[in-house]
Amino acid sequence: MDEALLRSLTPGVIGILVRRGADFAAAEDAVQDALVEAVRVWPADPPRDAKGWLVTVAWRRFLDATRADTARRRREDLVDEEPPPGPAPAVDDTLQLYFLCAQPSLTPSSAVALTLRAVGGLTTRQIAQAYLVPEATMAQRISRAKRTVSSVRFDRPGDVATVLRVLYLVFNEGYSGDVDLAAEAIRLTRQLAAVIDHPEVAGLLALMLLHHARRATRTAPDGSLVPLAEQDRSRWDTGAIAEGVGILQAALARDRLGEFQAQAAIAALHADAPTAGETDWVQIVEWYDELVRLTGSPVVRLNRAVAVGEADGPPAGLAALAELDGSLPRHAAVAAYLHERNGDAATAARLYAEAARKAPNLAERDYLTRQAARLNARRCR
Amino acid sequence: MAKYLLLKHYRGAPAPVNDVPMEQWTPEEISAHVQFMHDFAAQLERTGEFVDGMALAPEGTWVRYDGEGRPPVTDGPFAETKDLIAGWMVIDVDSYERAIEVAGELSAAPGAGGKPIHEWLEVRPFLAEPPTITE
Repeated sequence: MDEALLRSLTPGVIGILVRRGADFAAAEDAVQDALVEAVRVWPADPPRDAKGWLVTVAWRRFLDATRADTARRRREDLVDEEPPPGPAPAVDDTLQLYFLCAQPSLTPSSAVALTLRAVGGLTTRQIAQAYLVPEATMAQRISRAKRTVSSVRFDRPGDVATVLRVLYLVFNEGYSGDVDLAAEAIRLTRQLAAVIDHPEVAGLLALMLLHHARRATRTAPDGSLVPLAEQDRSRWDTGAIAEGVGILQAALARDRLGEFQAQAAIAALHADAPTAGETDWVQIVEWYDELVRLTGSPVVRLNRAVAVGEADGPPAGLAALAELDGSLPRHAAVAAYLHERNGDAATAARLYAEAARKAPNLAERDYLTRQAARLNARRCR
Repeated sequence: MAKYLLLKHYRGAPAPVNDVPMEQWTPEEISAHVQFMHDFAAQLERTGEFVDGMALAPEGTWVRYDGEGRPPVTDGPFAETKDLIAGWMVIDVDSYERAIEVAGELSAAPGAGGKPIHEWLEVRPFLAEPPTITE
């Protein structure tokens, strides 16, 4: 059984139930039940019409749940054994679900959890494992999120930007558990791109593909980080790069630049360089200038300082860095790198050690500690 | 989305405002405290933020490797150990500010006289997974 195919049907089936009169929370529960049932039954007895099967089973579950809920006074009004086909949707159901699950009233973690369940068709247990929290906690997070969006009208158009932020979070901050969250984020962004024509959706999809292409080379077999310049480029996924570049070029041609397109353009320039030494840093700096203009983000300015150091030499990079707040995350790491490139190993070693103490994750801390140790060993020799 | 450890100390934290040792509380005050801790964890589960919580016995043993083929050396407990962990709670929250808010609420656990202990809790971020997109 193709679980990805099964899960890709989730938002459409929820949409059908909602149009038949189910409220979103009840529809989502019923479809989740139907998905679990499908995983159980389909391997031995695959249906001819997968979506039809899910709709039938989910609707039956919804009716059972509604009947059991005697407090629900409206049930006679909306429960109909043979529901008429709903009106043709004005906006794609799948798209509506993306909007609903990324409502600005939700916290980021709630929006992520709800999106993975209602749009992605993942089970609560899978989502809990992916974020290393107990299943009971994740179940509560999801039902709370559903209560938060319960008053939102299903047919109200939403903001694509909030959806993109949620998908970016799924891609960028997942744990590598049972579910491959990066691959899931790509699937969900691809599915979104199929139902809405928007250059930033394309930009985010391109960005994900271009970074995903390097995945196998980002860590050594022992789990340690391998920086971009040292990655084995022959092992980058050329298919994903070609697809990402193609999607990005089509988006850029529309001349509606946004931050994800600009980030993807930087990733594409890295992907395009046969060796680290052949990287077109001048163009990368130009894209960082665009990103600064678009976002004003201090983190972008920090990354820009690295690019300036490569394009115009370490002193220029250090000058760009000097304009930034020293308390920024990874500021010490960038300073260490630029000082080493500038020939000041003692300062670099001290800053690498400082950066290691401030590192937000173990892999980075180990990498930075190793950099400091490498420089200290060289100086002692 | 980040995990934080809320650490409770037997010793080593600055003195709380309501600084009466637990054995001098009334049994009802102890019950109220235990109930508060239980309710607090349940409430965090309802908000989708609870990960884990455990209490530790005050007495521990120090252990170290003593070479191939030899049993480990043990020592202690040391009465003079300055920093003594009493227990922890792990939370998964959207921001540092939220972690501080939760710790502040936990520190209001009732003690002697049914008044909040105002106990100092230590909030420590977990080292996370590295993000995918860094440049």
